[in-house]
Amino acid sequence: MTKQQANWSPYDNNGGSCVAIAGADYCVIAADTRMSTGYNILTREYSKICKLADKCVMASSGFQADVKALQKQLAARHLIYQHQHNKQMSCPAMAQLLSNTLYYKRFFPYYSFNVLGGLDNEGKGCVFTYDAVGSYEKVGYSSQGYGSTLIMPFLDNQLKSPSPLLLPVQDAVTPLVEAEAVDLVKTVFASASERDIYTGDKLEIVVVNAAGIRREYMELRKD
Amino acid sequence: MSKSVVEVPPKGGFSFDLCKRNEMLANKGVNPPSFRKTGTTIVGLIFQDGVILGADTRATEGPIVCDKNCEKIHYMAPNIYCCGAGTAADTEAVTDMVSSQLQLHRYHTGRESRVVTALTLLKRHLFNYQGYVSAALVLGGVDVTGPHLHTIYPHGSTDTLPFATMGSGSLAAMAVFESKYKEGLTRNEGIELVTEAICSGIFNDLGSGSNVDVCVITKGGKEYLRNHLQPNPRTYTSSKGYSFPKKTEVLLTKIIPLKEKVEIIEGGDAMEE
Repeated sequence: MTKQQANWSPYDNNGGSCVAIAGADYCVIAADTRMSTGYNILTREYSKICKLADKCVMASSGFQADVKALQKQLAARHLIYQHQHNKQMSCPAMAQLLSNTLYYKRFFPYYSFNVLGGLDNEGKGCVFTYDAVGSYEKVGYSSQGYGSTLIMPFLDNQLKSPSPLLLPVQDAVTPLVEAEAVDLVKTVFASASERDIYTGDKLEIVVVNAAGIRREYMELRKD
Repeated sequence: MSKSVVEVPPKGGFSFDLCKRNEMLANKGVNPPSFRKTGTTIVGLIFQDGVILGADTRATEGPIVCDKNCEKIHYMAPNIYCCGAGTAADTEAVTDMVSSQLQLHRYHTGRESRVVTALTLLKRHLFNYQGYVSAALVLGGVDVTGPHLHTIYPHGSTDTLPFATMGSGSLAAMAVFESKYKEGLTRNEGIELVTEAICSGIFNDLGSGSNVDVCVITKGGKEYLRNHLQPNPRTYTSSKGYSFPKKTEVLLTKIIPLKEKVEIIEGGDAMEE
């Protein structure tokens, strides 16, 4: 009897792309709002961005059911932390928590490709990028999702974040001003929507800075 | 006596020699490159004076758009046009080939080509290749017997219809046609309905996008409206623009002069006759 392949997969990919850029005193996190399956659009207005803590925001692309479950898990753990420590979790702390949560399900992973962005304890922007099982790295900018193959090379060309392995330790933040970083994000998504069928509809931009969290929207191609 | 294998030249058609090797490679995880499919919405309808064909203009390679403005309405004869969905190379090749055959036939018969001629040539070719030529076509035209509209499937079956849609966006487009089609549409009503159906495919199907192409064929002649509608302009262009360094960074410069192997003698013997 020949080995039978599984004809049902527990995973699906709902498409989309997300980007995060860290600045000296701000962090920009952006994702498109299209949720799709196969060649069909499920909705044009789905937010892939979730506020985890006061100064910590996560954007995730991949299988949105797993993303939703992951967000719930992190929110619950954050609440427990607040009860135990009487303060909000810092961004680096949340980064570690996310990594551990993802690796906990190493053998039935969350099909979720995340970027975490926010301000660290000193108020400087920080971005953490993850794979599906929790391997993470602090970087100056990152992108995930279907459009990342189109977006990442452009960000590398414009921002060129230094490797964290270099000595002396170089600052990971971009030299851009907040307005310039938002402009860059808009351009990058407009370009990605031109060539990637899974990216489009609307762009949601979240900016985290000392004043708080600000949300902005921009229309993208709907085809 | 050694056994010699006589090399018989292939009579035509496909050579399936590498199928076993491809299967072995696929099992090891090495997948063949994906074909460029047009992941399309193509439509056709019959109106009071003739036929209107419509198509979107996006060509995809998997999830990436490789051509934002390609032409899917192919010329077959002065009075016959054909929209193609499926593998782009297949639709191009098969429509070009039948178009040439039709021209030769016109010279031979001295008459205007008929749509059923194109239909039969196409379906015979596609059936011959048992569906491996992945071309799904909407063929439309006006000849002496009147306006005709046909759909042709990759395996070689055909349908004759008053309105038709093909491609990945065919369901979205057909939904519009089934709601709004009626017999005896005027030219403008027909163009509007075709445009609406293609737009439905463009916005609701991820395999279709960009612009709408329309082709109106009547007894008097044809009107090819390339990019009749462009509902998808670029959404954002940065006002300040972007600069790119003119060359890649120089990491290391090392110059090794080439040593001459041949000594050049000036004014050697002239070449002999």
